[in-house]
Amino acid sequence: MAKVLVVTSGKGGVGKTTSTAALGAALAQTGKKVAVVDFDVGLRNLDLIMGAERRVVYDLINVVQGDAKLSQALIRDKRLENLHLLPASQTRDKDALTEEGVERVIGELKAEFDWIVCDSPAGIERGATLAMRFADVAVIVTNPEVSSVRDSDRIIGLLDAKTKKAEDGGRVEKHLLVTRYDRARAERGEMLKTDDVIEILSVPLLGVIPESEEVLKASNLGTPVTILSPLSAPGRAYTDAARRLIGDVVPMTIPAERRGLMTKLFGRRAA
Amino acid sequence: MTIPLRTRLPIRFRGRSYLALVLTPEAPIEDWFAGLDAWSVQSPGFFRTRPVVVDVSNVATGKADVEALVAAFGERGIRLVGIEGAMPSWVGPHLPPLFTSGREVEPPVLADAPAPKPDPAPANPRRRPAPEAAAKAAQPAPAPTPAREARKEPSSLLITEPVRSGQSIFFPDGDVTVTESVASGAEIIAGGSIHIYGALRGRAIAGCAGNKAARIFCRKMDAELLAIDGLYRTTEDLAPDLVGKPIQAWLEGDAMKVAALG
Repeated sequence: MAKVLVVTSGKGGVGKTTSTAALGAALAQTGKKVAVVDFDVGLRNLDLIMGAERRVVYDLINVVQGDAKLSQALIRDKRLENLHLLPASQTRDKDALTEEGVERVIGELKAEFDWIVCDSPAGIERGATLAMRFADVAVIVTNPEVSSVRDSDRIIGLLDAKTKKAEDGGRVEKHLLVTRYDRARAERGEMLKTDDVIEILSVPLLGVIPESEEVLKASNLGTPVTILSPLSAPGRAYTDAARRLIGDVVPMTIPAERRGLMTKLFGRRAA
Repeated sequence: MTIPLRTRLPIRFRGRSYLALVLTPEAPIEDWFAGLDAWSVQSPGFFRTRPVVVDVSNVATGKADVEALVAAFGERGIRLVGIEGAMPSWVGPHLPPLFTSGREVEPPVLADAPAPKPDPAPANPRRRPAPEAAAKAAQPAPAPTPAREARKEPSSLLITEPVRSGQSIFFPDGDVTVTESVASGAEIIAGGSIHIYGALRGRAIAGCAGNKAARIFCRKMDAELLAIDGLYRTTEDLAPDLVGKPIQAWLEGDAMKVAALG
């Protein structure tokens, strides 16, 4: 049964696109057939993070409006053959998306893939509501800071009200992904602790991604961090998160300070 | 309503008469209800404060018919105080009581008659919380049968899910109880008191319809704003040692008191 996953957040810049790419690649590495879909129409970043920006011919809007077939727009990843990308358009605006069109495209993708991972734009506007509209599972990406947590709470409220599943009386499965977490700073009280974030949002934790230069490097090289350095702290955290999504029981590791330091040294040497 | 536990107190019976509106559905029943719906659209709330009796003599031939009719009225938010024109065996304890020997009154008289002042306990209309947010956030309570509703009116709203940032729960008819937390950026507005068994991080506005006796209770106080009957205090005005504690807030004269519970 195909599952539609939306990666969303209230606030921008918390790492939705990075997380979409990393989770999508990690799911594909477990053998699932995965499509990552960029819903951030007008901005278009997922193709960069996935390293496919030079191969985009048709995009989501072309497919939604019936100008291109889905098979023409899907870009197969060069590293993982069961990972595909459906890019967003940069030249159109977000009003070009229609609910009927999105529903049709999601339906076509469902027939072909095991997981459809949708990268949502930030905020509570039309683009974001359309990205979450047909989701079965949601990953809410949050930084350990109060503004990000409050906006995430707002988004969770929308997931419970505005999705097709909620309107049909069901429930979107919700998971929390805390990104850019720095344990030392959390212990010094400079950022929120994971427990506080979970307590405020009351959504089960999917994973905690440590702050790491590895993530920045991966996104600049156009390779999801789970492919570029699967053994780094963030790579492992994303892989564990993806395994939890498919139902594996993986013990939760809150990133330690020591490992953060190691990756920093390692990252500096590599760069 | 409190019932004093004194023995041997004589019970007082009082008589009071209301003008009940009698609706007489006719076959085909779907068309009749379609007509009723179209009519209700033009006068929403017409049936809210009026006792309504349904005369089933034209359409019902058994208990199942009566039950279906009562349910159909219930779906439209019309609560029936009684049934007319049915056999006694068609009406069970879960249905409105069977009325007989009703006298007919001309409709113009009804229109001119002063609005019936029903007893607050039995016949008060149950109003829904106004904004959709309340309906969305509120776990739909197990729907009581129309007959039950006519007898006993719940005047409180129970919410068993976290109230998220941006949601607004508006319930002017009574108390609001939340078993989870109220997030920063969310608000609860109640005609009566507010009870929060999780953390209160948003706004709580009690006694919004002018109720000085309303109170606010919460298990973990972290509120942005507390208000009772128009008087409010923000967290900045509160003693910092109350933050994170279980508290209650109430009015004493023109001042709001906030104190730790227990």
